Amino acid sequence: MSMPTLKNDLAIMVLFTAAVLSAPLWLAPIGADYPDLLQKFAIYGIFAVGFNILFGLTGYLSFGHAAFLGVGSYTAVWSFKLLSMNVLPAVALSVLMAGVFAYLIGFISLRRSGIYFSILTLAFAQMCYNLAYSVLTPITNGETGLQLANDDARVIDTLFGISYDGLPSTTLFGLEMTGYPGFYFCAVLLILGFFLSLRIFHSPFGMKLRAIKSNQTRMVYTGYNTKPYLLTAFVISGMYAGLAGALLAVTDPLAGAERMQWTASGEVVLMTILGGAGTLIGPLLGVGIIKYFENIFSAMNVQQLTEMFAFLPDWLGKIAVTLTNPFVGEGWHLTLGLLFMLIVIFLPGGVMEGMRRIAAIPRKLKQRAVPKPTPATEEK
Amino acid sequence: MDSIFLQILNGLDKGAAYALIALGLTLVFGTLGVVNFAHGALFMLGAFCAVSLQSILTISKKVRDESITFFEAYKETPYLELWWGDTGTMIIDWAVPLSILMAIPLMLLIGLIMERGLIRHFYSRPHADQILVTFGLAIVLQELIKYYFGANPIPTPPPDIVAGSAAVGAWLGLGDNVVYPWWRLIYFLFSMLIIAAVFAFLHLTTFGMVVRAGMHDRETVGLLGINVEKRFTIVFGIAAVVAGLAGVMYAPILPPDYHMGMDFLVLSFVVVVVGGMGSLGGAVAAGFLLGILQSVASMNEVKSLLPGIDQIIIYLVAVVILLVRPRGLMGRKGVAED
Repeated sequence: MSMPTLKNDLAIMVLFTAAVLSAPLWLAPIGADYPDLLQKFAIYGIFAVGFNILFGLTGYLSFGHAAFLGVGSYTAVWSFKLLSMNVLPAVALSVLMAGVFAYLIGFISLRRSGIYFSILTLAFAQMCYNLAYSVLTPITNGETGLQLANDDARVIDTLFGISYDGLPSTTLFGLEMTGYPGFYFCAVLLILGFFLSLRIFHSPFGMKLRAIKSNQTRMVYTGYNTKPYLLTAFVISGMYAGLAGALLAVTDPLAGAERMQWTASGEVVLMTILGGAGTLIGPLLGVGIIKYFENIFSAMNVQQLTEMFAFLPDWLGKIAVTLTNPFVGEGWHLTLGLLFMLIVIFLPGGVMEGMRRIAAIPRKLKQRAVPKPTPATEEK
Repeated sequence: MDSIFLQILNGLDKGAAYALIALGLTLVFGTLGVVNFAHGALFMLGAFCAVSLQSILTISKKVRDESITFFEAYKETPYLELWWGDTGTMIIDWAVPLSILMAIPLMLLIGLIMERGLIRHFYSRPHADQILVTFGLAIVLQELIKYYFGANPIPTPPPDIVAGSAAVGAWLGLGDNVVYPWWRLIYFLFSMLIIAAVFAFLHLTTFGMVVRAGMHDRETVGLLGINVEKRFTIVFGIAAVVAGLAGVMYAPILPPDYHMGMDFLVLSFVVVVVGGMGSLGGAVAAGFLLGILQSVASMNEVKSLLPGIDQIIIYLVAVVILLVRPRGLMGRKGVAED
């Protein structure tokens, strides 16, 4: 397999950048063009792209990435409280902090593989979550969640003589990070993150990670010590998670411990698998699909369903409403669980695999039309 | 001394629940080689067997309250009470133990359907896929329960006769303040009974012998002309029943809600891994060990020494054990390490 050159990658990047920056335009027809949702797409996109570097390339299934998301959020909010409302220090510190955590947790967890690795990461994440709720309350503010307050220090802001009336909002040198500016900030970071992931996928380092996935024993026999590669991948993906956590705090300066719960780790696994683990675009597709449908389904209620099925005869409509009601609103997770099961059962490669199969249909039809060459000629 | 003894007692019932769930998980893993993340959901379904039997038995009718004379008052009276009087009341009172009778066939059926319908197709798939599909199934089951029973915990009291506490301290000459709820004691004994039954089944019957042989070397047993798969399906059903019964009996201790399965599952997985994947004895031992450690860690003396230790003790122990003994307490070599 030949490595795509930087030039090829740049072509992909131009396309990707254009697609992300114009997202408000082409998402408008499906009603997904409002900033809140776009921000979520970008943030969870970063999370999933980072998770994919670990899971997609090495096959190590971490059930503890939510811990890094939470660490990122807490660090960012503390940076808003103590240093400045500017988002740059917050983002930088969060990524750094998540990296440190990922290094510590990864160093220990990566001594095991397979399900033992999954359980170790899960155990560490649950420890972080439980501690955030109990002993670390002075740092995390427990169940209420860490919030901004009027009497926060904000040393750097005071130094530059910036003061705020009431609760301040996060800024990028004076530009408020809400609405579209917030989305574009996240989008730029998503593009940078995606570029890095692209380069990793197409680098010798990425190749080695793939080799670990396909046969670690052989890799070791060839003379490679796999541990440093795995740890690097783990730390990088942890830093992506920290970045995502920081951005969650940037768009809404509030950090709660529930972000660290293992269900949040499960969510990123779901998104990555749904799109297609190990592919570049797959995780982003997964994020898009899950967040978009979450938005639509969880907002539905009985009245809307009744309107939707109004074209049916009355009794049939009632049955339809009763049948679909458990799946919408609060029951969105039921739909998610079912969707997820169906994907794992029938389409293990996720949406990307599905697209590949569809793309292969014309070729198959062509092959069927032309009589197959005899095996003898095929050998030559 | 008394307080440590009391904490060990307190750890027993939680440890018993961990042990029962972990036993089923290990059984399924050892036989079918499947990592079943939906096992906690089976525990929850068991608990909801008790809830549904209780609500079926207490289906009520509005009846005029005779004790209030100066205005027309109505009270809800269960049909059972109207029909059979005191016998009816007693049946309602014994709803939880009675639901064991309901849970056994029901959970067996659910287990068999699950194995035949879903798990069977995942034997040869990677562990990651198995984890993911059963995780999806767990979400589905949990959300269905949430839809039909609501999000709040539903109290399911034990029979009145065992509602109080046993003076365990007085029996053992440890002081009168060592008391322990009867139902938790019953739960512990019940779990020992089930564990003994499972082990007896595996070690004293021909069926169990074949299953154990299959756990050891599936291929050879198959070559000997024995249909291992069929037996393994039944083993899955048994594991489901064990989880279900653990859930039924746990309902009076912890009012069931839809996410109890997930809560216990995460801990039970830790238990299984600590015990060693595929080792039944290890699962039981680790279950009780972690249950007791957790409750000892929640003593005030320990907490003041190491704040927050009660929240993380299980995970901490798991991390330490996995690092010191890579395959858990009693794990075999080469199991689940790919």
